[in-house]
Amino acid sequence: MTIDATTADPVSRSRQKAGAEGAAHSAGALADAPPIVGQPGAWSRVRRNLSVRIGGFFLLLLVAIAFAAPWLGTVDPSLFDPASRDLLPGREGEITTLDGETLKHRFWMGSDSFGRDIYSRVVYGTQVSLVVGIATAAVALAIGIVLGLVAGYLRRVDGILMRVMDGVMAIPAILIAIALVAMWRGSLLTVVVAIAIPEIPRVTRLVRSLVLSIREEPYVEAAISLGTPTVKIMLRHVLPNTVAPLVVQGTFICGAGILTEAILSFLGVGLPPDIPTWGNVMAEGRAQFNQYPHNIFFPGVFLALTVLAVNILGDGLRDTLDPKMARRT
Amino acid sequence: MGRFLVRRLLATLPVLAIVAVLVFAMLRLTPGDPAAVLAGDAATTEQIARIRSGLGLDRSIAEQFVIWAGRMLTGDLGESFYYKTKVTDLIGQRLEPTLSLAALTITIAVVVAVPLGVLAAWRFGGWLDRGLMAFSVLGFSIPIFVLAYLLIWAVSLQLGWLPVQGYRRLADGIGPWFRHLLLPSITLSVIYIALIARVTRASVLETLGEDYIRTARAKGLREGRVLVRHALANAAVPIATVIGIGIALLIGGVVVTESVYAIPGLGRLTVDAVLARDFPTIQGVILLFSFAYVLINLLVDVSYVFLDPRIRY
Amino acid sequence: MSGAPPPILEVRGLAVALPPGGERSHAVRDVAFEVGAGEVLCLVGESGSGKSVIAQAVMGLLPKTLPVASGSIRLQGEEVAHAAPARLRELRATRMSMIFQEPMTALNPVMTCGEQIDEVLREHTTLTTAERRRRVLAIVREVLLPEPERMVQSYPHQLSGGQRQRIVIAIALVLDPVLLIADEPTTALDVTTQAQILRLVLELQRRRGAGVLFITHDFGVVAEVAHRVAVLRLGQLVEIGTKDEVLRRPRHAYTQMLIGAVPTLRVDPRPSDPDAPFVLRVRALEKTYRDHRWFAKERTVHAAADVDLEIRRGQTLGIVGESGSGKSTVARCIVRLVDPTAGSVLLGDGSGDDIATMASGPLRKLRKRVQIVFQDPYRSLNPRRNVAEALIEGPVNYGMRRAEALAKARELLELVRMDASAMDRYPHQFSGGQRQRICIARALMLDPELLIADEAVSALDVSVQAQVLRLLDEIRSRLSIAMLFITHDLRVASQVADHLAVMSKGRIVEYGPAAQVFAAPRHEYTRALFAAAPGGGFAFAPQAA
Repeated sequence: MTIDATTADPVSRSRQKAGAEGAAHSAGALADAPPIVGQPGAWSRVRRNLSVRIGGFFLLLLVAIAFAAPWLGTVDPSLFDPASRDLLPGREGEITTLDGETLKHRFWMGSDSFGRDIYSRVVYGTQVSLVVGIATAAVALAIGIVLGLVAGYLRRVDGILMRVMDGVMAIPAILIAIALVAMWRGSLLTVVVAIAIPEIPRVTRLVRSLVLSIREEPYVEAAISLGTPTVKIMLRHVLPNTVAPLVVQGTFICGAGILTEAILSFLGVGLPPDIPTWGNVMAEGRAQFNQYPHNIFFPGVFLALTVLAVNILGDGLRDTLDPKMARRT
Repeated sequence: MGRFLVRRLLATLPVLAIVAVLVFAMLRLTPGDPAAVLAGDAATTEQIARIRSGLGLDRSIAEQFVIWAGRMLTGDLGESFYYKTKVTDLIGQRLEPTLSLAALTITIAVVVAVPLGVLAAWRFGGWLDRGLMAFSVLGFSIPIFVLAYLLIWAVSLQLGWLPVQGYRRLADGIGPWFRHLLLPSITLSVIYIALIARVTRASVLETLGEDYIRTARAKGLREGRVLVRHALANAAVPIATVIGIGIALLIGGVVVTESVYAIPGLGRLTVDAVLARDFPTIQGVILLFSFAYVLINLLVDVSYVFLDPRIRY
Repeated sequence: MSGAPPPILEVRGLAVALPPGGERSHAVRDVAFEVGAGEVLCLVGESGSGKSVIAQAVMGLLPKTLPVASGSIRLQGEEVAHAAPARLRELRATRMSMIFQEPMTALNPVMTCGEQIDEVLREHTTLTTAERRRRVLAIVREVLLPEPERMVQSYPHQLSGGQRQRIVIAIALVLDPVLLIADEPTTALDVTTQAQILRLVLELQRRRGAGVLFITHDFGVVAEVAHRVAVLRLGQLVEIGTKDEVLRRPRHAYTQMLIGAVPTLRVDPRPSDPDAPFVLRVRALEKTYRDHRWFAKERTVHAAADVDLEIRRGQTLGIVGESGSGKSTVARCIVRLVDPTAGSVLLGDGSGDDIATMASGPLRKLRKRVQIVFQDPYRSLNPRRNVAEALIEGPVNYGMRRAEALAKARELLELVRMDASAMDRYPHQFSGGQRQRICIARALMLDPELLIADEAVSALDVSVQAQVLRLLDEIRSRLSIAMLFITHDLRVASQVADHLAVMSKGRIVEYGPAAQVFAAPRHEYTRALFAAAPGGGFAFAPQAA
């Protein structure tokens, strides 16, 4: 479930500032004077923003970890050893490989009640989480954009489509995800689709409202009177101006996707328990939380930091790319 | 006023209808045969067929939906496969804990978040503002169950101030009821506070930039009055909106919170039903939650009329 | 005014700093003036001159980013420039008050008007509830609002712009301050309302003997209300004197230029060919909006009804009207940005094609012949496309090759007096006036027969306005193009129109040659409109041609 704090749709008031008194403080109005800050050049602003840098850096680090998982001192995450059960973090122990060999291994994050290495499971879990997050965002955006464009351009379909979207939004996202995954049996594909579906209405709404408002802009009307065909207007004038808010929205969906997957796995209705996800690791450690909290805390911290990074990145992107959603300075 | 209420109610009907269709469709999308699942591995084809016709699964989808919808409207949500009792009874038993949790959470969240948001907007860029925004991002990022375990570990296990898990009915005394609910409510309210505070801050900030605030200051009014009577009063609509929309978050959070804190409410019921593939219960609970959400937002819509005299339906 | 009573407001050496990195270091510098009791000092300047900054500095309402760097502001002898916030709050509404430009947003939407006036009394006096109510009703009556009891209970959104401004004035004057600051109070109002509000302010001021600092950019208003005038340019005072001195015998070159740029209401008859072929004929044009709602009453709005007009080649038809009169609707119907409900829009001789009912396929071909320039120069160009792409979009749509289109674009840029280097730049790098010229060039790229200017100069400063109007005139005579010029500003219309149509509430109430309409208006609405134009009767300094 995305927490989109600005969909609260404030009653909009438009103020006419004929003469742009506000900008005038830095521009003499008599001569044909130099400019007010505009959009092209936004990408350099993005790169300089602190939130984007911090969030982006951390995410790149995670991607690196995900790719480098086999070489970071891990073992195969499904390996276990009954002799090494419930070890506290930092302890030495043994682990049995698939061939039957026994290796000496230091369990940096401890082991679970099967004797599996938490550290390895957490590191490999990075792969799953990132894939789920990005895939969810991609699916939700793709479908949402198409539906939003349709709703914005085809009046007749608009009414019904938005009602259906309202219906989907009326059912709390977690419940939809839980129900769908339970019905379809957990696998990567079903989890991604189940989490993406509740996110689609918000994207649709966003695209639709963008389309509707951009169509009212004088430069779109100018394009119409210059004889530009509708499809070209959509591609050349409307869509490029929707990229920014959609990138921001996509980032938040990614964060929500990672979080929701963890919750689903934690409740036992997510990916199968043998796939190492942070949620699964935590689910496994529930029963013995009192004595062995490390099962929950290590993956939990990783999860929180990941989602935090994504959200910080999203905030930074929103501040630089989408002036209407951004906070004031 | 009455006419307006009727109109708003009628406007929600299509949404409720679509919710019903979606809930029905969701659970009919199951691959495989619910009757076979129910009958078990050792059942004969005959037994399965009997169960199937008993469940009405041999009729067309449209027929099934009409029958189901008809029963739902008369309050019959069917019988749970797993618990072998009427779904409505099940829900009735679990209602009080969830309502208690929700009520306490909403109260805490609103009482804490709104003043914080107003103050943060007033002292824009100050330490309160930055602190609140940082808290807000954290609140959205830490998963509820991680936060729950953190609080349990710190407050209950290490400090021993509050009980770890469980629920006490109101009838058994307010003290125990409150003590058992405090930690879960705080956990659940964190994300709600983050959301409401953010929107309050944004909304008040926007209002503070409006011309009538300038007029109010030009009148020589005290800052406190400007903030409350002029800024907050005009920022109220988005804040009310987000309180309504946030209920969806709340419902999702309830499921997880009840799970961690072992509270025997509707959230736990949902998870148990899903794990047991208990369709009637799952349907019943999702329907209940969704309808409640729609109705709460209807209430929020109605409240607009009182908050903003310009809004007339 | 010289004499015994000390000035109410005395400003000396005022300087307000701007945040670093801007165009200039100070919003205003070295500003000095006085406002005496019972007199109106008009502070005139274009946007960016700093006039609002001065007003806010006096009231102590400047944001922290604009601190008072130096100078003194004395209100009845008391220094207020760096006064404590508590003292400033005491002074506001009791000794000095301000009324602002936008009446539509100046009032709190969720409080009744009566409460908003009452607040002032509650904060600054110790009157009882009954006494306060009496005072509130009294002031509401004084600002000439009808049905005071009902007004007091109403919410701002139930009042018109003019009524709201009266409430704002009531709030400002209820405690009888000695200084009233009016920051462009009538700029956002219709011409007729404007006249009423100006009269009201003057009357109240005269009755109470207050001093008024009146800020405006409109010389017509200055002619109407001022005793003395101060002219501001880029934050510095360039001229100050009595109204006569400044308006009739301006000394500073900037003042002279500003006054010269003000269009008057005289119409110089222009040569036009009465037999030139028709370019546009509109018959019985109608646009009605019906608001269908599921469970509510249907609402019908007649945006335009029964509109007939025609334009010949090389001529300009001006359509004048207040907001809501339907003039923009007519323009949009002609360009088919909006589908007319009924009537016909015929290009050429009248035997040609009817734009109003044409299907979208064949319509495309006709679009070339009519082009439009919009009001808002900041939103008329796609911010992501550079000037060259914006200009060639039209011709390329109709099959012209890129290279050819680019060459033509360069030609037209020259025609609108812009440098060819503009081609590679983006809209945000240009000012409002420049953008408008780019839009004009874009419209001309398709060699239209008819150019529609929909409030094309309304958002520009007076001096820039004059430049663009001159440009349009030049284009009209050089290219022999027909123009439909839509505006709410009578003086602009008098400068450009050969024929004039006056619209009110969706209908044309007067139509004829401009010189005739201006000299002898027949419809009473037209007459009221002309009478209300501020400064109509004032003879400004003779204009340098």
